[in-house]
Amino acid sequence: MAIWIEEDAKVLVQGITGKQGMFHADKMVEYGTQIVGGCTPGKGGQTVELQGKAFPVWHSMTEAIKATDADATVIYVPPPFAGEAIMEAAEAFDSIKGEGVIVCITEGIPTLDMVKAVAYVNNRPGVRLIGPNCPGIITPGETGGAKIGIMPGHIHAKGRIGIVSKSGTLTYEAVAQTMSIDEGQSTCIGIGGDPVNGTGFIECLAAFESDPQTEAIIMIGEIGGNAEQEAAAWAADNMTKPIVGFVAGATAPPGKRMGHAGAIISGGKGTAEEKFEAFKAAGIACAMDPSELGKVLLESLKSAGLR
Amino acid sequence: MNIHEYQGKMLLKAAGVPVLEGVHCTTVEQALNAYDALGSKVVAVKSQIHAGGRGKGTVMNPSSRDVVMEGGVKIAFSKEEVQTYSSNILGNLLVTIQTGDEGKIVNNLYIEAGCDIAHEYYLALLVDRDNKSVLIMASTEGGMDIEEVAEHTPELIHKVIVDANVGLLGFQKRDLGMALGLNGTALKSFGKMLSSMYSMFCAEDCAMVEINPLVRTGADEIVALDAKVSFDENAEFRHKNWDDLRDLSEEEDTEIRAKETGLSYVKLDGNIGCLVNGAGLAMATMDVIKLYGGEPANFLDVGGGANEEQVKTAFSIILEDPNVKGILVNIFGGIMRCDIIARGVIAATEALSLQVPLVVRLAGTNVDEGKAILAASTLNIHPADDLAEGAQKIVALIGGEA
Repeated sequence: MAIWIEEDAKVLVQGITGKQGMFHADKMVEYGTQIVGGCTPGKGGQTVELQGKAFPVWHSMTEAIKATDADATVIYVPPPFAGEAIMEAAEAFDSIKGEGVIVCITEGIPTLDMVKAVAYVNNRPGVRLIGPNCPGIITPGETGGAKIGIMPGHIHAKGRIGIVSKSGTLTYEAVAQTMSIDEGQSTCIGIGGDPVNGTGFIECLAAFESDPQTEAIIMIGEIGGNAEQEAAAWAADNMTKPIVGFVAGATAPPGKRMGHAGAIISGGKGTAEEKFEAFKAAGIACAMDPSELGKVLLESLKSAGLR
Repeated sequence: MNIHEYQGKMLLKAAGVPVLEGVHCTTVEQALNAYDALGSKVVAVKSQIHAGGRGKGTVMNPSSRDVVMEGGVKIAFSKEEVQTYSSNILGNLLVTIQTGDEGKIVNNLYIEAGCDIAHEYYLALLVDRDNKSVLIMASTEGGMDIEEVAEHTPELIHKVIVDANVGLLGFQKRDLGMALGLNGTALKSFGKMLSSMYSMFCAEDCAMVEINPLVRTGADEIVALDAKVSFDENAEFRHKNWDDLRDLSEEEDTEIRAKETGLSYVKLDGNIGCLVNGAGLAMATMDVIKLYGGEPANFLDVGGGANEEQVKTAFSIILEDPNVKGILVNIFGGIMRCDIIARGVIAATEALSLQVPLVVRLAGTNVDEGKAILAASTLNIHPADDLAEGAQKIVALIGGEA
């Protein structure tokens, strides 16, 4: 077991004929992800070669899902069209299967497009959106696994630590930290750094709590908003598995957007200090330096009798 | 991206939101002509800068920092007063609670007709992260600092969340208006104004529209007396007019150039430059430098797929800051390969004949090749295996505590 994406999930790529889409589709096939084809409006009927094999391209997500029975899709469509790509996938999954996972990698989607897309997805309760502006989701397998996104596959190994994070490279850092203490990962999810996104921390924590493979969790937040505080309060009441946390941006000045559209301290709210406090109050073991996540995780595992 | 009040009012007016007559001026002469043209006995002379608290700010001489006048927004009752206030303001420094001590030079004025105010309200439209929707916030406590109102009298702030599936509904406008105590003509006028403002918010891809104060006139009309409008930069591609609205003098020059080359840069006050891939890791790098006794000089995210040229640009931007005494490069290669970064670092170091100590931490894709390339170079580059080691090394190298 893992969460939302099993090792053998069938995956479509939206924007597969584009430079980014093709590059990452190739990497996903190389990792062992079961890519079943892609979708680029206007290029249906063509094929794309990935790792020496030909993969079909469809005009629409409806055609693609009907033909492949895909479980998930990953979006590499440029920002002006990404909001609509999310909605197209949501409608196709909902009407054909009643469920599906949409992973949106695209960075720079207009916020009001995301407001619309999230409302649209939320009207289709079987459909889950991860991202946008995120590295994606990966469920490492014994051999291969399902890598849906842009993360470097080779740094991962199957294991029992669930990871959820707003940041991309900081997630890789967390993965490397688990490996440094000989622990692998059940599923790693980047929820993205945009102010308006799909799946949030609480949904990830709840899924990890009920996943038998996951035994402990690393949660990485950053300045801006109060998703971390809400997740911490929720975790205090609902989580039995140990959680280790880190929040990026303790040195960020107020009012400045730090790379991610959502990473901004506004009106003195959403500081790293506030979030660390909330984590600590909820019994989450905090690392003040991401290079110490492994050490803190090891201590948490030991005190939970897991090592 | 922020725009000036006078620009925000142009957009509001075009969308059908009532605003007072006003003229944008850049000289005293224009201000005097504006006074004549407006034909209003009383006018407001308003400094145009991208910061709040203008009315309670202090106008200073930019070189001597002597106080010229208290208040960056003045009510003038005669042409002579317009002359005095506009010549006091233009070209001088306005320091407000939001500008910090350095203040901002005022190059733009807005001369606005006066009006008969019965009551002042607060109104704001913004994207609410918790509800993932557009939120409309209003209060009877206009003209005040809304954060104070939220803290001390939260019951005086009324909220409406717009369902993106259906848009702003009639009952929501009525509810909000009635919560402000409006009725009759004023309630109708408020509803109409709110529809126009919400349409503008969506059409212009705003991040926030804040009207403080929004006023009810003696004739029960609802008028936007101030306008703070900011745009969602992600939507820039579909708004060609933003180029004309952008006031580059309000933005940090290096930040603009970094953005043009696909880098995300924010200048800070410390002396250790950072070059990192990924926004979260870039923030964490700054945090860890601080944790080990140093002070970061900047936030810099080179993005996911930087090439040699971008790495070089990143170095030159970091080095433009005279405070920088050392640089920490922290790369966790995903899409980005460490060997490419290593070559970029060497090329940049040579091209810019780097004088300050440099610590490079590489991890992830092709890390061994990357490290080998750095080790083989004759340049003075200090390697580090993890972030903590990198931060400790650079702090020690510039003579800080570690």
